Amino acid sequence: MQYHTPGNFEDAVSIAAKADGVTRFLAGGTDVLVQLRADIVTPDVLIDIKKIDGVKDIAREGGGWRIGVAVTGAEMSEHSELEAEWPGLVEAMDLIGSTQVQGRATLVGNLCNGSPAADSVPAMFAAGASVSIIGPNGSRKVAVADIPTGPGRTSLEKDEAITAVHIPARGKNGGDAYLRFIPRTEMDIAVVGCGVNLRVDGDTISEARVSLGAVAPTVLLVQAAADAIIGTSLDDAAMDALAAAASAACNPIDDKRGTIKFRTHVAGVLARRAAKIAYDRARASK
Amino acid sequence: MSMIHVTTTVNGDEVEFLCDPRETLLDVLRDRLALTGSKEGCGTGDCGACSVTVDDRLVCSCLMLGAEAEGKSIATVEGIADGEELHPLQTKFIEYAALQCGICTPGILVATKALLEKKPDPTETEVRYWLAGNLCRCTGYDKIIRAVMDTAADLRKAS
Ligand SMILES: Cc1cc2nc3c(=O)[nH]c(=O)nc-3n(C[C@H](O)[C@H](O)[C@H](O)COP(=O)(O)OP(=O)(O)OC[C@H]3O[C@@H](n4cnc5c(N)ncnc54)[C@H](O)[C@@H]3O)c2cc1C
Ligand code: FES
Ligand code: FES
Repeated sequence: MQYHTPGNFEDAVSIAAKADGVTRFLAGGTDVLVQLRADIVTPDVLIDIKKIDGVKDIAREGGGWRIGVAVTGAEMSEHSELEAEWPGLVEAMDLIGSTQVQGRATLVGNLCNGSPAADSVPAMFAAGASVSIIGPNGSRKVAVADIPTGPGRTSLEKDEAITAVHIPARGKNGGDAYLRFIPRTEMDIAVVGCGVNLRVDGDTISEARVSLGAVAPTVLLVQAAADAIIGTSLDDAAMDALAAAASAACNPIDDKRGTIKFRTHVAGVLARRAAKIAYDRARASK
Repeated sequence: MSMIHVTTTVNGDEVEFLCDPRETLLDVLRDRLALTGSKEGCGTGDCGACSVTVDDRLVCSCLMLGAEAEGKSIATVEGIADGEELHPLQTKFIEYAALQCGICTPGILVATKALLEKKPDPTETEVRYWLAGNLCRCTGYDKIIRAVMDTAADLRKAS
């Protein structure tokens, strides 16, 4: 295995473009090293992106945020302004692993590993986050929702790397939330995850995005679930319609951690609860 | 296979080593630097027996490459005592019998020291969540938690 530490993204992707065999970018390594140790993926070329300038920064960008690709979960949780604006996103990232894993794990690693159960990904979908991508043919900006294409698969080419995550401006009267169900209280993989991000005008929901994790081959953005609550004050009828739409969007696997019936039901339950938290946050915010 | 030359700081001392790119920091600490205090329970980030700090951040040394240690400052369980003088956490762990086989102990000491430096007055719940990634097969955790709470109280009195 070759180990590279390029000083900029152009070099990083040109190493990837020239590489023979299995190539991986290395952020926190909490997926890459586990897969290496378990002989699931043994990279021939490993490209550590942590020595590139700016990858550790959380910076203001047009009222929103630009989060560097090596920023860890622990660093996000310690950033009080980010947490005040996007508590759901920060909580979702914070659910990943232990304190030790938090010291290493990144948003982009979570996204590019491609797990349908990745916790930060539904929160990024709900927030309307996007990523900048660099490749041999230049750069582009893509919605996070367009990155996952299947379990362990993304729309990135082998010689493309993500250079930053962009979180939109919070704006007025907005709130987000992420909840997951796991059989334990810590250190487990989501059986269902749900992210909700919404805005209110008085008591009425004017905008909403609802996402689900671990209930389909990729994280889902569920437009019907958002439509069920837009224009309402999250009354019982809106909650029922939201839960029904969330459950209807599920196409989960059946395994020892959760049956199809269970996951489908829990998706509706979590959608209600996450929507309530996001709604209360939106009304409390200025 | 070509070896990588790494210069780093371990428990305050500058060290250099050569390692294979696939070697983890845990492999390097144990097999190249003869610091066998950090243990391998799982090798996959689940048990915390390999906990160290890197630039004051608690991490699993099994989930980091030796090559990634270049230019970093690493602290392991070997650096916790001051010569023959045990750290208050170590003394309390003995007093409370907060260990049996002891495999988890180095990781738990490193993790709790990091917690108390960040948060001198943690609640019991905070200690339990902080240690969620440190598994102990023997003690049932209660004595560990009590030893940590008592150390925290003593350190607050002393400061
Ligand atoms: C004990 C343990 C518990 C865990 N618990 C959870 C959990 O509760 N929830 C959860 O969702 N996950 C969990 N994980 C999985 C993992 O921690 C997360 O997916 C994490 O966010 C991965 O981030 P990383 O920076 O460590 O990624 P890495 O391992 O560095 O990389 C992961 C993938 O992303 C690619 N990649 C990284 N950076 C880039 C880039 N800039 N451009 C393109 N591709 C890139 C890599 O090539 C690789 O394929 C756990 C892991 C462990 C070991
Ligand atoms: S050996 Fe590193 S977490 Fe178990
Ligand atoms: S004392 Fe044996 S594992 Fe904790």
